[in-house]
Amino acid sequence: MNWATIKNDQVIKIKDIPLVDDMSILKGEIVKSHKRVVGFFGYDEGSRVRLYVVMADDTASNLLISSSYLQKGQMYASVTTDVPAFHMFERELYEDFGIRPEGHPWLKPVRKKIAEYPFFKMDGEALHEVAVGPIHAGIIEPGHFRFMCNSEKVYWLEIQLGYQHRDVENLFIQNNNCFNSHLAGSIAGDTVVGHSVAYVKAIEALQGCVISQRAEIIRAVALEMERVATHIGDLGAVCGDIAYLMGNAVFGATRTLVINTMLSICGSRFGKGFVDVGGVNFDIDSDLSEKINETLDKVGKDVARMSETMFAAPSVLSRLERTGVVGKNIALEIGMVGLAARASGVALDVRADHPWGCYKDLGVKKEVLKNGDVFSRTYLRYVEIKQSIALIKELLKKLRDNKNGPVFVSPKGPLSDESMTVSMVEGWRGEIVHVVLTGQNGKLSRYKIKDPSFNNWYGLGIAQRNNGISDFPLCNKSFNLSYCGNDL
Amino acid sequence: MFNTLKMRRYQGYQTISDVKAAEVAEAFRGLPAIDKDKCNNCSSCQAICPTGAITTDPFKIDLGRCIFCGDCERKCHDSSVTFTNFHKLSSTSRDHLIVGASTNKDNYASSAITSSDKIKKIFGKSLKLRQVSAGGCNACEMELNACSNVNFDMGRFGIDFVASPRHADGLVITGPITENMAYALEDAYLSTPDPKIIILVGACAISGGLFEKSMAVNREFLNKHKIDLYVPGCPVHPLTFINGVLTFLG
Repeated sequence: MNWATIKNDQVIKIKDIPLVDDMSILKGEIVKSHKRVVGFFGYDEGSRVRLYVVMADDTASNLLISSSYLQKGQMYASVTTDVPAFHMFERELYEDFGIRPEGHPWLKPVRKKIAEYPFFKMDGEALHEVAVGPIHAGIIEPGHFRFMCNSEKVYWLEIQLGYQHRDVENLFIQNNNCFNSHLAGSIAGDTVVGHSVAYVKAIEALQGCVISQRAEIIRAVALEMERVATHIGDLGAVCGDIAYLMGNAVFGATRTLVINTMLSICGSRFGKGFVDVGGVNFDIDSDLSEKINETLDKVGKDVARMSETMFAAPSVLSRLERTGVVGKNIALEIGMVGLAARASGVALDVRADHPWGCYKDLGVKKEVLKNGDVFSRTYLRYVEIKQSIALIKELLKKLRDNKNGPVFVSPKGPLSDESMTVSMVEGWRGEIVHVVLTGQNGKLSRYKIKDPSFNNWYGLGIAQRNNGISDFPLCNKSFNLSYCGNDL
Repeated sequence: MFNTLKMRRYQGYQTISDVKAAEVAEAFRGLPAIDKDKCNNCSSCQAICPTGAITTDPFKIDLGRCIFCGDCERKCHDSSVTFTNFHKLSSTSRDHLIVGASTNKDNYASSAITSSDKIKKIFGKSLKLRQVSAGGCNACEMELNACSNVNFDMGRFGIDFVASPRHADGLVITGPITENMAYALEDAYLSTPDPKIIILVGACAISGGLFEKSMAVNREFLNKHKIDLYVPGCPVHPLTFINGVLTFLG
């Protein structure tokens, strides 16, 4: 057997993970498996590196794990040439350990030595380049965009990131598992709950800590509230980018209602400090539950009213439809995930494919659109806001029926030693993956994070292709990807 | 078109009319209140503080480090720390951010910000700011964006974020300042015409926050330039920022 099979949040001993003799055999196994990559990273063992591969079998809700040894500075035949979705993962591995995937089409820096970044070049009298960033015009994280244009038309947009690199993965190890729930909440400040839940699930799995049903429900409420708030904010931002200021104002004010409700639950508009190992730090009593219900009724009504008005306006539709198209085949090929993938017809949603906690009983329906344009990515947000509001209401009902559970149980001491777990969460952008390895005495030895932005940034480049440069803000906002989630 | 106008009417007026008098919800974690009589000097809060914001003997909390997570309040056996919802935390002095048992909202706010006639004369009627995120996680950035939405409408005071440092009167910095952003930040500062101010927003910018010990952070910029205003939070609340800047402008 060259693969070990686990479920989301299941712990496996490192000795039980298959060790394939040679990278070329492992590559063959990867290609043959026809599964989706969710993890491909090295663990430094001195002179050599143990490469771990985690592939998702979304129909069977399984995660397949395998590994192989590679020498630092070694070369191997690139997996990307056969499975393009590996391209970012192999760039990352090369940057971290100097292990060169031979035949990789663009082995460029991901987040470290970005001063030496080799940009693509196009030559021709009619061509010009537009360079934007790292500091952008708005209040937004930094990144560099290089447009290769013929007049207004963009042939290719190259996205160079890394400016936000804070060495987060190593800080998880350095902290030796103190304060890490706070660090998880700062991986991407727009996905505080998503990354926090991914972190605490992993640690709880390694501790064998079982949290209360009540805490599970409250975590799901928090995650769905985060989705509702950010999606509304994004609808407003798309409106802003097409100068539909009415929508910008209304969605902006409606988002405030949601994040202020988050504040009244946990003291932070973004849910910082809400989720912790062992449960959640704040309960939702019946009064608060009633208040959340009332707010969501108003939010649902306002969003519906504004969205129906907006999506019926020809001036809006003419800007959104057929702009920034990513077809289903390309989305699949480059390994896109989350909302952006679903807008292109790729039915992926961790809540349905690899459910955890109370999502196992909720039966979340995967909302999918076909066209993969800015309209689809925008309209899908409206659809998902309605879905998430309905989910929160269902969860709050469960919470009222579950009166007596504690929301926090004291964590149980040391982590399982020499083990690994994979924790996946569907954040509002898409699939968040935290892979955690422990060494002797249960100390953290490797903490690997994959934000959905890591998969999807390349999709933005594809979306921009052959579109006008003035459509860039719109394409960008319809993805709304995280810079620090990518740069870590 | 008609539906859009009906929507406008339905929305009505959403703006907080008096930002100086506005209060944040009860649950908000703002200025901490320290009860020294209840404290038995066990130092357990010091050990659990993720950013080393707490020093004991005498008991002090550094708001420039604090991420307002509330762990000390939750885990203190003696209930000697409680977070009030007081949000006017900005200060022109780094030392003023360190609060102790004698601090309360009145004596904190009354001396937190020193304004000057010069600042008032130059920037009092119009302050244009360039925001630079240098490793900020996007939480402070989203709150700074919110300052200009219809609820807070900071633009009515003549305070705006602009697209270029060339148009700006100062920089607003978020994030712990990553090595990879150090050059761009310095460049943005040099591109801003004199006279100019620097505002640090959030625990990361003020002290490095959770990323203080990161190998990928380079905070040299802060040794070279004078900081005019510190705005604590994780992330900062829009009202903390707006009130801080308004008081600073006199």
